Amino acid sequence: MTERKGPILFRPYTAFSGMRKAFEMGNAKVLATVKDAGLRGRGGAGFPTAMKWKFALDDISKDHQDYSKDRFIICNADEGEPGTFKDRVLLEEQLGLLLEGMLIAGYTIRASTGIIFLRGEYNYMWDQIKGTILRWRAEGMLGENLDGKGFDFDIHIRMGAGAYVCGEETALIESMEGYRGEPRNRPPFPVNAGFNKRPTVVNNVETLCQLPHILNEGADWFKKIGTEESTGSKLLSISGDCSKPGVYEVPFGVTIQAVLELAGAVGIKAVQVGGASGICLSAHEFDRTICFEDVPTGGSIIIFNTTRNMREVLVNFLGFFMEESCGQCTPCRYGTECLLDGILQLSRGECSDEYLSELLDLSDSMAIASKCGLGQSVANPFRSIIERFRGEIYHG
Amino acid sequence: MRDQRTREMLDQDIRRWVDKYSRERSALIAILHNVHRKYSQVSAHAMEEIADYLGIHPVEVYGVATFYSFYNAEPKGKKIIRLCRTISCDMQGKRDLVYALEHRFGIRFGETTRDGKWTLEYTSCMGWCDQGPALFVNSKPYTSVTTERLDAILAE
Ligand SMILES: Cc1cc2nc3c(=O)[nH]c(=O)nc-3n(C[C@H](O)[C@H](O)[C@H](O)COP(=O)(O)O)c2cc1C
Ligand code: SF4
Ligand code: FES
Repeated sequence: MTERKGPILFRPYTAFSGMRKAFEMGNAKVLATVKDAGLRGRGGAGFPTAMKWKFALDDISKDHQDYSKDRFIICNADEGEPGTFKDRVLLEEQLGLLLEGMLIAGYTIRASTGIIFLRGEYNYMWDQIKGTILRWRAEGMLGENLDGKGFDFDIHIRMGAGAYVCGEETALIESMEGYRGEPRNRPPFPVNAGFNKRPTVVNNVETLCQLPHILNEGADWFKKIGTEESTGSKLLSISGDCSKPGVYEVPFGVTIQAVLELAGAVGIKAVQVGGASGICLSAHEFDRTICFEDVPTGGSIIIFNTTRNMREVLVNFLGFFMEESCGQCTPCRYGTECLLDGILQLSRGECSDEYLSELLDLSDSMAIASKCGLGQSVANPFRSIIERFRGEIYHG
Repeated sequence: MRDQRTREMLDQDIRRWVDKYSRERSALIAILHNVHRKYSQVSAHAMEEIADYLGIHPVEVYGVATFYSFYNAEPKGKKIIRLCRTISCDMQGKRDLVYALEHRFGIRFGETTRDGKWTLEYTSCMGWCDQGPALFVNSKPYTSVTTERLDAILAE
């Protein structure tokens, strides 16, 4: 196994110290610390974690007054964005950190159940995860009355079945309830009516893994890493044209250039940041930085050298979206197909430049009219690749 | 005769899994998972049985089973090879593997060999992009696959 180093997630850690710290602090103080640390979701959208938790905690509407049962913390381990594999590495190498993170989140929002939604492709990890959960139960780290003050918490695993869209939190919940993984209309939001209509917090694997360290070292320590609005570190999954692909932990605010050096990438003409749903940058923009204020990413970094044809890259992404669209709404289902057809026609010289402008308009409409983030983000690679590599779309 | 026996076994299995996971709607995916793992298919009959236990219409089960790429209603090979076709694997030599696999089995991607042993399919990014090209044989992932290594992988 690779010896990994990093400012937060890959620093040394004493097992169970984060959860003990949480019990010492009490849930109000945990919430305040996470808020003060400025932790934002690592799944891509960057929503402030403490705010999401507070919404769920404060939902004492109607039949939710009863804090004791049936609030849920769901760990989103559906990692399906092209070019992303950092959650797999965390599950394999930092499982204890994740379970503790879930426990801390559950303790804070007063959930008694944590569920790991594991993508079907990671089924091979089931035994390892289940085994660890069973061991924790036997050791009294999961189960009843955990802090001696009546906190009950247990963790279960649910499998996905090969659908990228199920990473979207409402589709994920639909899937867990036994339905087609089709995103829901919002509101209501999962924090108010999520799994089984109960208050539910969905957090990414990496977000949860940060928690034990934040409690141990404090909000100020955490804020020293990263930038003003993107505190802490980010795991990057680096693939493509480079000599050292893999998972790297970097502070938020690193430049694309620094990332390329880390990965041993030379002769690079483009980098796709954020996977198929992210944006493409070309060489003159490599001084831009990875953080929510500049170029956000769930962690996917795909590198292209000068031998690559960017039309093929775009066609590959569009094919991905066509395959993975749940088909529920027309802009996404039909729009993606039109974009792909259009690009192929252009490449065969069957239509004009004017048509390309129409396709760009169509992608903008999809960004507005699609129901969920999948359809909304098709325009990201589409526009960014065409704007930077227009010449390659026509021939090459 | 043999079909009859398979069907009885399937019925028993479904009953067992329903007992294990509950008759609630939320157990559906787990039940489908088990059926598919053992029978490499979720047949119309299996859908009817499951629907019966969960108290829902078979169309509901069909709708769910066909939504997820892991399940198939039609019979497929005992071993399903699913090759990643997303960009990072594509750039690391996916194409060579496509040719090698199609040649070896004499079928195209999307097809099943006549003896019912192998099916070739594509899949989206599997989460092994730094070690591509990657493929699954049933649920087991293989990484940095080369045409030279195929023989050994398929012989497992
Ligand atoms: C199409 C689509 C796929 C997504 N896939 C994932 C995923 O695989 N993992 C993930 O954590 N979030 C994914 N998300 C984001 C989730 O909806 C949700 O925002 C996230 O899990 C919240 O966790 P965080 O706040 O800790 O980032 C996806 C969103 C969309 C629209
Ligand atoms: S945008 Fe696409 S994936 Fe999302 S709900 Fe609409 S059709 Fe489904
Ligand atoms: S691109 Fe093939 S595993 Fe990610």
